[in-house]
Amino acid sequence: MTVNAEPLLRVENLYTRFDTMDGVVTAVDGIDFDVHAGETLGLVGESGCGKSVTALSILRLLRCPPARIEGRILFGGRDLLQLDADAVRSVRGREISMIFQEPMTSLNPVLAIGEQVAEGVRLHQRLSRRESWQRAVEMLQKVQIPSPEIRAAQYPHKFSGGMRQRAMIAMALSCGPKLILADEPTTALDVTIQAQIMSLMMQLKQELNTAIVLITHDLGIVAETASRVIVMYAGQIMEEAPVRDLFKDPRHPYTRGLLGSVPVIGRGQRPNRRLQEIPGMVPSPLRMPAGCRFHPRCPQVAPRCCHEAPPMVLLGEHRRVRCWLETV
Amino acid sequence: MLNYVIKRLFSMIPVLVGISILLFFMLRMLPGDPAQVLAGQMASPEEIETIRKQLGLDRPVYEQYLSYLGRLVRLDLGRSARTQNPVIEEIWARLPNTALLAVVAIGLACLFGIPAGVISAVRPYTWVDYAVTMGALFGISMPVFWLGLMLVVVFAVVLRWLPAGGTGSWQHVVLPSVTLASFVVAFIARMTRSTMLETLSLDYISTARSKGLKEEVVVIKHALKNALIPIVTVVGLQFGLLLGGAVLTETVFAWPGIGRLIVDSILARDYPVIQGTILIFGLLYILVNLAVDILYVVIDPRIRYE
Amino acid sequence: MSEETEPNVCRPAELPSENRWRRFWVKLRRNKAAVAGGVLLLLYVFCALLAPVLFRGDPAAPNLILALEPPSFKDPLGTDELGRSILGRVIYGARISLLIAVGVIAVGLLIGVPLGLISGFFGGKVDFLIQRATDAMLAFPGFLLALALVSVLGVGINNTVISIGISMIPLYIRLVRSCVLTVREEVYVEAARAAGTRDGMILLRHILPNVMVPITVQTSLGMGTAILFAAGLGFLGIGVQPPTPEWGAMLGSARAYLFNAPHVATFPGIAIFLAVLSFNLLGDGLRDALDPRFKI
Repeated sequence: MTVNAEPLLRVENLYTRFDTMDGVVTAVDGIDFDVHAGETLGLVGESGCGKSVTALSILRLLRCPPARIEGRILFGGRDLLQLDADAVRSVRGREISMIFQEPMTSLNPVLAIGEQVAEGVRLHQRLSRRESWQRAVEMLQKVQIPSPEIRAAQYPHKFSGGMRQRAMIAMALSCGPKLILADEPTTALDVTIQAQIMSLMMQLKQELNTAIVLITHDLGIVAETASRVIVMYAGQIMEEAPVRDLFKDPRHPYTRGLLGSVPVIGRGQRPNRRLQEIPGMVPSPLRMPAGCRFHPRCPQVAPRCCHEAPPMVLLGEHRRVRCWLETV
Repeated sequence: MLNYVIKRLFSMIPVLVGISILLFFMLRMLPGDPAQVLAGQMASPEEIETIRKQLGLDRPVYEQYLSYLGRLVRLDLGRSARTQNPVIEEIWARLPNTALLAVVAIGLACLFGIPAGVISAVRPYTWVDYAVTMGALFGISMPVFWLGLMLVVVFAVVLRWLPAGGTGSWQHVVLPSVTLASFVVAFIARMTRSTMLETLSLDYISTARSKGLKEEVVVIKHALKNALIPIVTVVGLQFGLLLGGAVLTETVFAWPGIGRLIVDSILARDYPVIQGTILIFGLLYILVNLAVDILYVVIDPRIRYE
Repeated sequence: MSEETEPNVCRPAELPSENRWRRFWVKLRRNKAAVAGGVLLLLYVFCALLAPVLFRGDPAAPNLILALEPPSFKDPLGTDELGRSILGRVIYGARISLLIAVGVIAVGLLIGVPLGLISGFFGGKVDFLIQRATDAMLAFPGFLLALALVSVLGVGINNTVISIGISMIPLYIRLVRSCVLTVREEVYVEAARAAGTRDGMILLRHILPNVMVPITVQTSLGMGTAILFAAGLGFLGIGVQPPTPEWGAMLGSARAYLFNAPHVATFPGIAIFLAVLSFNLLGDGLRDALDPRFKI
């Protein structure tokens, strides 16, 4: 992977805060990362760690207020956070599109599937109603929906979960975006369908040379698809590494905990090896622990971790970790 | 679809039977002789005797009820004690007036209530939202008949733009329908606001926004089309309130509809007409609810009645 | 981002703890509209209780020499067609209207809540019968039902209360029943039943407290409706009868003088409007404070 090229997306010092009745919640707490053209970046962490909010912040899909977004999101030489509403809309769907987690609720129940795919095309590529419909049918065919002409005219309730997610992918790819933010795209699906959808996404990504930010808590999927992984915890990046290094040599105790909780079936493993869990719970964003945010759950906690926040330690290109263990 | 309508029509039967039982016992609850009550105070002994035979007061109660039901089915609602005209004719003569008022009022209410609710939901907790919310609350707290009186004072007495009451021209329709709509418009705006707020927070709205659609398209095409389903239900339910409001509005504006008819009959103790109008009101209400159910099919593709 | 539990029509809440009530009070007090409604309502209660102090003299005694006087220093709201002070009648009217509202709610609660509890808790034939009766009553819009009952019972303050009260019963039955159905399946109710607690005890100790939230909201909003309905009946001449100073009846007689003395029709209407508004503001505030997701 070439790392010297200008990144497609650069997130710098991103903070996303929400004003709530109980106080200010900092969901994303100063993160930065790059995404290069055509690569797949895995963004992993437990639910509530801020990975979805990161994606929504990039496309500015959060309602402000109560949300406040600070930092820089550089895409194609522009800072998305500085653009006016019209300019942001011209990026959405055309240059960066999004696939959401819940196929059951992410499609509009009262509009035909074809129309939901076609409307974006019509808007961004200035096609006529008929041409855009034609394009929608082509896209549905591309995501391997059988008899797409008939299916396009149907409403979401006639589609199964997997079929809906295919339609979502068709929608996301319809304008040939440079980047797709896929937020847990297969979490809500059956295991067999998960594999189909992931391989379809990867195949289309290859074909269209689209970059993907794959947000998930499933390390198995990341291992198969991503080239690089960022591990998030409580709004911060804990570790970043190329996928091979991360699985071979995880440096952060949290990453090790996550890897420990992945069921591995293969050589040298007893098939019913007990799934390890990380003890404790994700901290409430209103009451973040002092020092390292992971210290209450960390098996290797040291006295220093409880009151002093660890710095981000660079270990090489695309290899960094936020832990006191790495500072010696 | 047709099967569904037929099925729904049949499901109305128990409710109708319930209503008829209520109406039947309503008269039996009155102190004194039902025949005398039905014939009115001015009736001659012969007339009372005829009605007594017709009611079969000497027979057991269930037989009386069955023959009463038989007459209802044939829309034989008896004769008015005041005018001696058949009740059904009295009602038919006034029904179009009330229908005109109701339709114009519902139309006005949707025309203003839905956009107000949408604007309020799109800009929540801004001054527009507070204005709409407060306005709607004022609307549902306002006694319709008082609003009617005040409109008469302003537009008929002071400005002399519109007639204070009666029928005859389109000008006569303006004040009564605005009065009647005021109440319903508030309900529709409130309902539209809360439904739209909920709809706008759903996942598919984020999907629509993530495609780069304009906010107007997101709001109208994606959100409002969904929100219309509960809104239509409320409009249907408001029709009942509208009928209640019609009684008061028609009184304020001396509008010759069935609302006015029922009040006059109550004041004159004209029981056959009271029974008849109440029955017609109940029937209208049920029919409107049926129409709402059918309208769902048009809006919501998920519902396909077998 | 609050720690609220799953939203539910009728939240099968843990019994209200100290903390929960405080949270409720804070929320209610922070709601300016609800506070305004509460203050307004207190003002009405004050007028109703102290009517004889606030206004000396008989509000029903005519004084024809002073008929239809516009507002002046002596009679701040003017006089009506019989020369009676409108201010005095409006103040005394608060008594009548609040009394009617309380009476109506009492009828609705005392009959509707037990029937709803029975219907929801026991189910079966009883439930079926009660529900069909409720259906038939709900086939009529509330005001028309009250109108129909008045046509049978006759006019007057007692019959107004009974008619409107009865027309509210089906609403309480529906509300309570649907809540009971939700709560009945809760684990702690099952547990109580398994432990052999008697039905009556379960109803009182476990189910009724949970039904209180929606009943409170319905009651506040229902009082507003009761005042509106009573005024409507009074206006039509089939409710409270003159010379009793009832706001609706006052408007009914004022109709004849709209052209030469519009003030007679203005003030009783404002009195009704503000009274109903106060209940609606308070009801909305209570609903939001008790459970923002709960809708009637």
